[in-house]
Amino acid sequence: MTLAGVDEDSNERWALALSAIDVLAVAGNRVGGVLLRARPGPVRDAWVEALQLVLPTRRLPASADAEALDGGLDLTATLASGKLVQRAGILADAAGKVLLVPMAERLNAALAARLASAVDEGAPPLVLFDEGDPEDPERERVPQGLAERLAIHIDLNAVRLPMSALIAGEAPPPPLEMLAEPGAIAKDPETALAVAAASLGIASIRAPVLAVRVARAHARADERPDTIDQLREADMAAAAALVLGPRATRVPPPPEEEPPPPPEEQEQPDEPPPEEPPPPPPPSDDNPGDDQEQPEPPPIDPTDMILDAAQTALPQGLLDALAAGTMSKAPKASGSSGAKQKSITSGRPAGVRPGMPGRGARLALIETIKTAAPWQKLRPRREDGRLAIRTDDLRIRRFVAQTQSTTIFAVDASGSAAFARLAEAKGAVELLLAEAYVKRAEVALVAFRGTEAALALPPTRSLPRAKKELAGLAGGGGTPIASGLDLALKVAESERGRGRTPLVVVLTDGRANVGGNGTLSPQDAALASARAYRASGISAVFIDCSPRPRPQGAELAQAMGARLVTLPRVDAKSVVAAVKSASGGAI
Amino acid sequence: MATPARIPFPFTAIVGQAEMKQALLLAAVEPRLGGVMVFGDRGTGKSTAVRALAGLLPPMKVVPGCRYFCAPDDRAPCIEGCREKAGKQVEEASVPFVDLPLGATEDRVVGSLDLERALATGEKRFEPGLLAKANRGFLYIDEINLLEDHLVDLLLDVAVSGTNVVEREGLSIRHPARFILVGSGNPEEGELRPQLLDRFGLSVDVRTPTDMGDRIEIVKRCDRFDRDPAAFAAEFRESEGATLEAIAKARKVLPKVQVADEMLGLGAQLCSAVGADGLRGELTLLRAARAQAALQGKKEVKPHHVAEVATMALRHRLRRNVLDDTGSTSRITRAITELIPA
Repeated sequence: MTLAGVDEDSNERWALALSAIDVLAVAGNRVGGVLLRARPGPVRDAWVEALQLVLPTRRLPASADAEALDGGLDLTATLASGKLVQRAGILADAAGKVLLVPMAERLNAALAARLASAVDEGAPPLVLFDEGDPEDPERERVPQGLAERLAIHIDLNAVRLPMSALIAGEAPPPPLEMLAEPGAIAKDPETALAVAAASLGIASIRAPVLAVRVARAHARADERPDTIDQLREADMAAAAALVLGPRATRVPPPPEEEPPPPPEEQEQPDEPPPEEPPPPPPPSDDNPGDDQEQPEPPPIDPTDMILDAAQTALPQGLLDALAAGTMSKAPKASGSSGAKQKSITSGRPAGVRPGMPGRGARLALIETIKTAAPWQKLRPRREDGRLAIRTDDLRIRRFVAQTQSTTIFAVDASGSAAFARLAEAKGAVELLLAEAYVKRAEVALVAFRGTEAALALPPTRSLPRAKKELAGLAGGGGTPIASGLDLALKVAESERGRGRTPLVVVLTDGRANVGGNGTLSPQDAALASARAYRASGISAVFIDCSPRPRPQGAELAQAMGARLVTLPRVDAKSVVAAVKSASGGAI
Repeated sequence: MATPARIPFPFTAIVGQAEMKQALLLAAVEPRLGGVMVFGDRGTGKSTAVRALAGLLPPMKVVPGCRYFCAPDDRAPCIEGCREKAGKQVEEASVPFVDLPLGATEDRVVGSLDLERALATGEKRFEPGLLAKANRGFLYIDEINLLEDHLVDLLLDVAVSGTNVVEREGLSIRHPARFILVGSGNPEEGELRPQLLDRFGLSVDVRTPTDMGDRIEIVKRCDRFDRDPAAFAAEFRESEGATLEAIAKARKVLPKVQVADEMLGLGAQLCSAVGADGLRGELTLLRAARAQAALQGKKEVKPHHVAEVATMALRHRLRRNVLDDTGSTSRITRAITELIPA
């Protein structure tokens, strides 16, 4: 990372990130906050410093749970002092500040839901740090219900700051000047933003609504009037780059081929806006910074300009994904905090155990008092005659939560038999999902063909989603078993990290012909990948579906420590039966 | 809403989403319908619509100081003896809207022993939960499909019975909890068990508006509302008033609306034609048709009333064939066109 590496794109993104601070300072909660995609590091620190120059901040502690947001009884302090001690909630405590949420991609659903409703109710603006690795397609995502409510999304992963500045520990450059020229007055900004959002493939109507608010705030930050007929090009560009671009799911069609629908045509036939006449150019030049003695240019149609601005902030990988012909997958619903914690937070009640309440564990009051009761004569009497309860009397409730499973299919989509095999694997996925709601089981599918493996269906328990995403799965080509096994293992391990029990089901004939390197044959590479399963202890079923089973399949199964099932004629029902018997009824 | 002074978005200012608005109105007229399930994407105005309806309804009369919002003219005894304490006094309160957070614990939902009092004064007192707060109002659960199953069971049970029974921590309490349950969820993020789905009275599918004119109008209205909520609300005062009046009239007419035997037959035929199991579907269909007739000021249910509510009353009750992709909606529409001549 040297000065030479500081390129134009990086500068542009940095300037954009700094302008977000100005907008946040002016608009506060009205824009919800900022979702900042950046790994922890000097660039992110520099941004936070720049934010702290303008706004006070408070960090959400990693240990916080949904209850800590609202505060409540401080049990330990209450017992120690014998008086009621209330603990202020973090939300109340952060009033007037910006609440920083680190590791937002690991937020549990409860906390995220409370934060989302807080945003609706006018809580302090949030800055979520999404620290997920942008290169990793299976990374955890910030819970969508929350991310959606934050107007501004910024990505700092591609930003490089000059090393000299970072070494010197200099204060970050102050927020840049607004664009030197605010530009011409934008014509009908609301229509333009709504049209632009649609042509970027943004379904949610919340995005253009938030974009209007950001455009307004941008004008106010530049000390210009923020009425709707006074918004300038620069405001629209900021709204597009901060709000619309990062949410884009497709690249708008280039104007020469298929121009985006001009707003005039859309609007005039059915709804002439009576309350908003086309803004007349302001009579006086209220732009003293504008040295050139030019008359105010006429209002422009900003749609194209908005789309251009939005393109600077398209999500990373969108273009690649489009080029590769794979649509970007809807992100996973939320992170999760793991099975161990589940057992004291939720599920059906199952007795109590000693322990401290807090972090999700709840006090079992009656049991606590029962525990304390026999000791009352031995303990020094309290002046007020109340029960003397000590910390080690505390009992918390326990719950049983079902272990939830994720079945990961790794399907060989290569060769001529691919079509039938894929179809049956899809059928098996759907059959499992049709029953999945009973056990909250999730299913994922990794397909490998040609030279690599791809996650065709990220873990889900939604049947409609599985149908949609598996509809266009292609087959044919070489057999890269090693990459298929590697990817399935990765998915399995990340599922285990979420507190679920993974089971990998491999469907192949076991004969690899792609993979390996100079010294390693494809088959040996596959065997090496298979051994990793045994090492990581992920349970697996190996379904050998070649018409005449040969020893390679059995070898792979043995290396994986997997149960071997031979199914010369694969069909969805027997796959499901094999999976169920292998999982011992957990699925 | 945290601040009572905040003005809700006017119900009639919501662009499009006719089916959702209709379902909410039906639920407001006939609370026995048993709640509304809204399926749809994010950012389609689901929560806005529910909040707006709660905000539209006129303030209700309550017994002052009652933690359960008891109605003064209700005969059911209150566990707090609030009427005896308050005498003839009456207070007005706005219709409650409770947003149940996804991570809510069972304690918060059903209520629990008041920990503060128990520790400080040794008094055994019940601390009402969200179910009590929602009494006589709306309970909204976003992403209900992500809620723990046992909580959903509990909620639906209370929603249907109208009473919350608490037997825990040495407490034995029952209190009124009559509310309109509105759940929302995105089926792509996990499904609701069919047993639970069946207990919702109505279900609607909400799509993001695709019409560009609508989308632009939404952005414009939201912006105008942002700038000056009071002036914006004033613009819609008349239509809000008309809706309010329609609800009030419909509630009055409802007990008098006749359902002829032919309509009962039609309901049964329709249910068996689409393969909706169980009596619940049929009952909901007829109740919804009655409410629909009442909303239109009619004293008799006609075939077109049944047709107008059939989709939302039955959509979520059809037996599902995993490998059949025909949408429930189109199956119902087909049955309606066959059975009910336009």
